[in-house]
Amino acid sequence: MAYEKVNELNLKDTELRLGLPGTEQAKEEQEVSCVRSSKRQLQSDNEEESTPPTKTQIVGWPPVRSYRKNNNSVSYVKVSMDGAPYLRKIDLKTYKNYPELLKALENMFKFTIGEYSEREGYKGSGVLPTYEDKDGDWMLVGDVPWDMFSSSCKRLRIMKGSDALVLDSAL
Amino acid sequence: MPEDDEDQSPPSDLRSQPPCSPNKSRNCISSSSSQTFPDHVLENVLENVLQFLDSRCDRNAASLVCKLWWKVEGLTRSEVFIGNCYALSPARLTQRFKRVRSLLLKGKPRFADFNLMPPDWGANIAPWVSTMAKAYPWLEKVDLKRMFVTDDDLALLAESFPGFKELILVCCEGFGTSGIAVVANKCRKLKVLDLIESEVTDDEVDWVSCFPEDVTCLESLAFDCVEAPINFKALEGLVGRSPSLRKLRLNRFVSLEELRRLLLLGAPQLTSLGTGSFSRGDQSDEQGPPDYAAAFRACKSVVCLSGFRELMPEYLPAILPVCANLTSLNFSYANISPDMFKPIIHSCHKLQIFWALDSICDEGLQAVAATCKELRELRIFPFDPREDSEGPVSELGLQAISEGCRKLESLLYFCQRMTNAALIAMSHNCPELTVFRLCIMGRHRPDHVTGKAMDEGFGAIVKNCKKLTRLAVSGLLTDQAFRYMGEYGKLIRTLSVAFAGDSDMALRHVLEGCPRLQKLEIRDSPFGDVALRSGMHRYYNMRFVWMSACSLSMGCCKDVARAMPNLVVEVIGSDDDDENREFVETLYMYRSLDGPRKDAPQFVTIL
Repeated sequence: MAYEKVNELNLKDTELRLGLPGTEQAKEEQEVSCVRSSKRQLQSDNEEESTPPTKTQIVGWPPVRSYRKNNNSVSYVKVSMDGAPYLRKIDLKTYKNYPELLKALENMFKFTIGEYSEREGYKGSGVLPTYEDKDGDWMLVGDVPWDMFSSSCKRLRIMKGSDALVLDSAL
Repeated sequence: MPEDDEDQSPPSDLRSQPPCSPNKSRNCISSSSSQTFPDHVLENVLENVLQFLDSRCDRNAASLVCKLWWKVEGLTRSEVFIGNCYALSPARLTQRFKRVRSLLLKGKPRFADFNLMPPDWGANIAPWVSTMAKAYPWLEKVDLKRMFVTDDDLALLAESFPGFKELILVCCEGFGTSGIAVVANKCRKLKVLDLIESEVTDDEVDWVSCFPEDVTCLESLAFDCVEAPINFKALEGLVGRSPSLRKLRLNRFVSLEELRRLLLLGAPQLTSLGTGSFSRGDQSDEQGPPDYAAAFRACKSVVCLSGFRELMPEYLPAILPVCANLTSLNFSYANISPDMFKPIIHSCHKLQIFWALDSICDEGLQAVAATCKELRELRIFPFDPREDSEGPVSELGLQAISEGCRKLESLLYFCQRMTNAALIAMSHNCPELTVFRLCIMGRHRPDHVTGKAMDEGFGAIVKNCKKLTRLAVSGLLTDQAFRYMGEYGKLIRTLSVAFAGDSDMALRHVLEGCPRLQKLEIRDSPFGDVALRSGMHRYYNMRFVWMSACSLSMGCCKDVARAMPNLVVEVIGSDDDDENREFVETLYMYRSLDGPRKDAPQFVTIL
């Protein structure tokens, strides 16, 4: 996974080599070895939030043990429910998967959510959990793998009532 | 005095009853007829004398006097410390020491904590447990650090040692809550169950309910690292029936409300408390916010406080009633601002050990310096552990600490900016320093005021802190810094180096100086074959050497391995099997009495 990401970034421009600029020594090998070493570095940092693409992360530096890193990163997102007088905040990192999150939301706002299916979204309850992603688009909760969701979700909105019904039937 | 214990059965007969002490031999041995009377008497006398030796250094010295002393010391040593589990085989342990009650064992090298080594490298406890199960049925205590422990290992341990009392697992992994459950259930005499900074998988087993239902012997229960919800009702019940409980460290799945209930139940006896999450669940306030301070007022004996895993800062003042008694405070999981911090630390006059995040800023450190005159140990961890993060603490905080906390012995400090002046000041102000670990997170960073390398600062530390035994360096360092270390680091046993030095000379200075060096860990530094060869006269006297991402060639490593047969030289590869690699990725070498290990994984090559 990290492997593909690195390829897209054209690391060749930023890679450190011992040759003079302009020399093109065993191009294929260079790319592979650079990518491989980056792969190792990036894979080891799978707990980290996504880092700016131009910096290569150094493995194990600074020397802070991973459980300390995990505990400090908190990702609170605002949750709004249509019709509720005020918003809530939840820490996405406390949930491991969608069922846990949805259950927590159900408890928090006292509603029940329908069953999720890839084809039809949430059927039956007139309640739709949606979220705003990094690009500012409003998406349906549940379509993408959990990890991808939890790192790209910026806020949640639980749609209810007529808005939800319209969307429900449209899906 | 041993003569008083007349009802002890002879230690040689281990199958009948557990002897309370290994030395009750006088009555029985002297009653059997023996031709070699003087030897037996001498042995008895020696046993009775040597039992008073606790320190392993003293015991090691005593065992070298003569064969008889060697034998008797081997019979009377009840606590064995093994700093590297691969330095000897379990069989050798059981042959040498016959009546071991307590084992302290360390496995992986420390740099494994930072992902510098692939998982499954080794350090399995299994062979040790199975060997000891046969040889030491009266084993009481096992204390492991960086070992790989499986649920099966824990089950075997629980079954094999009926008198088992203390299990301490520090930085271990490989087991889960199901293994803990077996220990809780089967070890009826369990006094200590401490899981510290270990990775414990959530097997969804209610291990807290597995403790026996009657009164327990528990004195210490630490599970703050267990990332799994627990059955709180069962925990309440457990605390209620553990009258000897003094230390309790909860995990983040215990809420503030639950903590309050536990404290009202058992607080007065507790000396050490890990508070769990220190945040409230989703409860509505029926009659306004509960009085958490009242619960802490009940903690009359608490001197050690930790936890705060998901701190809600508005509740922090609840701990004020215990602050005046605290000798140890760990805020290193709590993102506390200076404003929230200062009123708390202001009351902590007796504090000796303090761990925190750098979120308290230089301002917070100044407050510590103003109040904590008894401070011995300080650890400041980065809230944002990246190279280019903000860095709210700097040389200002360090300078303040050095001026206020003159009794400081141990320091671990993560920062982004530092100056030589601050280190020089600290070297003069804190002569009691034995541990100095400074991590300037940006690699190769110089003194941010003068722009010079950090050589003079670290030089002053090694020169003036005459008791220094452990040193970790960082920032921009030239060979000069290492010249200082080699010359002045007379008592240094452990040295950690990363991204430092200019040439082989740096490492040579250290290997040709530092007479007490035992543990050397180096990463990403330009040290090569010449440097490695320069230390061959001393590798047998060291516990280990770790060098990763340096400039060592395979040929040189092979030469060292050939020249030193009792040294195990491991070359650890990375994911790619690149035969054309010029330099060895990782070298890890250590002395061993029993040759290379048989459980090395594929990515390890033993030369």
